[in-house]
Amino acid sequence: MENRAIFSGKTLAYLLVLPQLAISLIFFYWPAAQALWQSFLVQDAFGLSTEFVWFENYVELLKTPEYYHAIGVSFAFSALVVFFSMTLGLLLAVMANQNIPGVQIYRTFLIIPYAVAPAVASAVFIFMFQPGLGMIARALQRSGIDWNPVLNGTHAMILVVIVAVWNQISYNFLFFLAGLQSIPKSVIEAAAIDGARPMRRFWTIVFPLLSPTTFFLIVINITYAFFNTLGIIDTATGGGPNGATATLVYKVFLDGKGGSDLGGSAAQSVILMIIVVVLTAIQFRYVEKKVHY
Amino acid sequence: MAFRPFGAALATAVTLAFATSSAGAVTEIQWWHAMTGPNNDVVVKLANDFNASQSDYRIVPAFKGSYADVLNAGIAAFRAGNAPGIMQVFEVGTATMMAAKGAIKPVYALMKEQGEAFDPKSYLPAITGYYSTEKGDMLSFPFNSSSMVMWVNLDALKKPGIDAPPKTWPEVFEDARKLHATNPTCGFSSSWVTWGFIEQFSAWHNVPIGTKANGLDGFDTVLEFNTPLETKLLENLVELQKDKSYDYSGRTNTGEGRFTSGECALYMTSSAFYPNVKANAKFAYTAVAMPYFPDVAGAPQNSIIGGASLWVMGGKSAEEYKGIARFFSFLSDTDRQVYLHEVSGYLPITKAAYEKTIASGFYKDNPILEVPLKELTNREPTENSRGLRFGSMVQMRDVWSEEIEAALAGKKSAREALDAAVSRGNQMLRQFERTAAK
Repeated sequence: MENRAIFSGKTLAYLLVLPQLAISLIFFYWPAAQALWQSFLVQDAFGLSTEFVWFENYVELLKTPEYYHAIGVSFAFSALVVFFSMTLGLLLAVMANQNIPGVQIYRTFLIIPYAVAPAVASAVFIFMFQPGLGMIARALQRSGIDWNPVLNGTHAMILVVIVAVWNQISYNFLFFLAGLQSIPKSVIEAAAIDGARPMRRFWTIVFPLLSPTTFFLIVINITYAFFNTLGIIDTATGGGPNGATATLVYKVFLDGKGGSDLGGSAAQSVILMIIVVVLTAIQFRYVEKKVHY
Repeated sequence: MAFRPFGAALATAVTLAFATSSAGAVTEIQWWHAMTGPNNDVVVKLANDFNASQSDYRIVPAFKGSYADVLNAGIAAFRAGNAPGIMQVFEVGTATMMAAKGAIKPVYALMKEQGEAFDPKSYLPAITGYYSTEKGDMLSFPFNSSSMVMWVNLDALKKPGIDAPPKTWPEVFEDARKLHATNPTCGFSSSWVTWGFIEQFSAWHNVPIGTKANGLDGFDTVLEFNTPLETKLLENLVELQKDKSYDYSGRTNTGEGRFTSGECALYMTSSAFYPNVKANAKFAYTAVAMPYFPDVAGAPQNSIIGGASLWVMGGKSAEEYKGIARFFSFLSDTDRQVYLHEVSGYLPITKAAYEKTIASGFYKDNPILEVPLKELTNREPTENSRGLRFGSMVQMRDVWSEEIEAALAGKKSAREALDAAVSRGNQMLRQFERTAAK
């Protein structure tokens, strides 16, 4: 039996979705179309001369080895950020989901980092990790580690991953906590009575029941790692050293803003858009099948 | 209706304005700049002084962020048909600006049209050369200029028994090793790596960075700094980086605190670092000229500038142009230049201002401020030391830095890194030439 509202005509329905459509068109499709159009042009910074070049920007782009390097960097960076921000978020959520004194205070404090702007977080972390000046850098150097993110690509990567993860943990924490609280207590109690230990209860009951949240967070976190980490990378490392932290989105920003190469930059953003669309499609097509709603 | 009183008030105000002032409305001129802290105060004071000196024009300064931000804001504003009258653009944005014919108004043409007294020869050639065409026509008005110097921590030098600051590169390398023995994290370091080790280094040794007088004579310039001399410098730095006798401090000037904190005893960076050192260094310090290789004939030549100049945007009204021309004459005034030099630490742009400062004995008390001027005027600038003008220079500096970082991190040899810097840079120059040629 279906419980569906019946409209006499389609006009009202279209009118009701119109605002949403308008917003999507103006803020999503129109800029995307602009980027697509720009990617076929070679243009100077001031827009005084324009030449239509078909796919030349793409061909040029795919000829540069630095671009492939940036693809590798992007995937490595995103994998690290998604993995650590989600596992840590989940761990903290499980901890904060217990009946312990002051749990509300813990929860509040765990959410606060999300309110810190990425660039600010980045600035604070750079200061702590600045060789010769920062507390953590000094501690590392004293313990014999030659910490040097300005020259060592691995160190620079670790630095941006730490900042990006730190910034995202709160978000994941919040969703995981909500997910945990929606799991019926009775199921867990029944398992406990049957003699399942906490670890087993977590992996066989809690984790599968959390899968809608986990799936949602994977999609959101991948998008975060691919796009929203621009500010962090810009402040912390500027894509360096030697391109070690230059992700795809950072290269779009660098070539378009710093280099005034709008065509090349637009071509990059179109490719990036395709990559993320494909990734998300794969997730919905294959991963979602394993999700229990 | 609700808006009627407002309309009436407006009409009255307009009538009053016309009735009371026969000279007509004051012409406002927007000035976008990137100066922060005390230098922002200087900009505001200049605008206020100019506004107070006459009643026809009003300069309105607006801070728009970093140098790159100002350039981007200006470009975006131009595309939207809303550009400011005056825009402060850093030296590496020069090629971008001059290529944008139609978007800008060359300063020499402006001054001529407006009949303002203007003699390009009265400006220091090492400064104006950077902003002039090959014929010597000044395209933009130099505002704040600095050069690169070597900052020296005199107290730290005494520890390993070094008597005097190093003058040549071999002495720098030797001193860096000695300093490293007393301080394991850093002997010698630097900011603005490409400005110092490629751009200034080439001018100081009178060797070209690229053909066509480093791009000043045309956009069809080709980079050629992957020479044995450049390689020798980079190889030495790579060698010293291994034990941190030289320790890299990043592409921009974020590492400058390593000098004032006392960590790095020798530090190459801009002369504009002076106010910061003066405020924060708790040790005896000085600044000396950049080092050179004594086996290079003709070295040291002269250094080049860094900093920014004021560009006049195109498509403005005749009234605005009149005001801008007057403002530039106002800025060129000798006493004003002397004052600016002494308060900001930036260099005076006219010969008269430099001579007047010398005559006043100012440098006896502030010898550090004369070091960059001595570097700039060390010899008559040559094709290799007038300046440089490469398209996409902002991005190119990043590319060059990347390659230098690869060499310092031991991932490439010095020669491979320089070859890659040159070939990647040339690719960018060809791309720029293509959009700029039309």
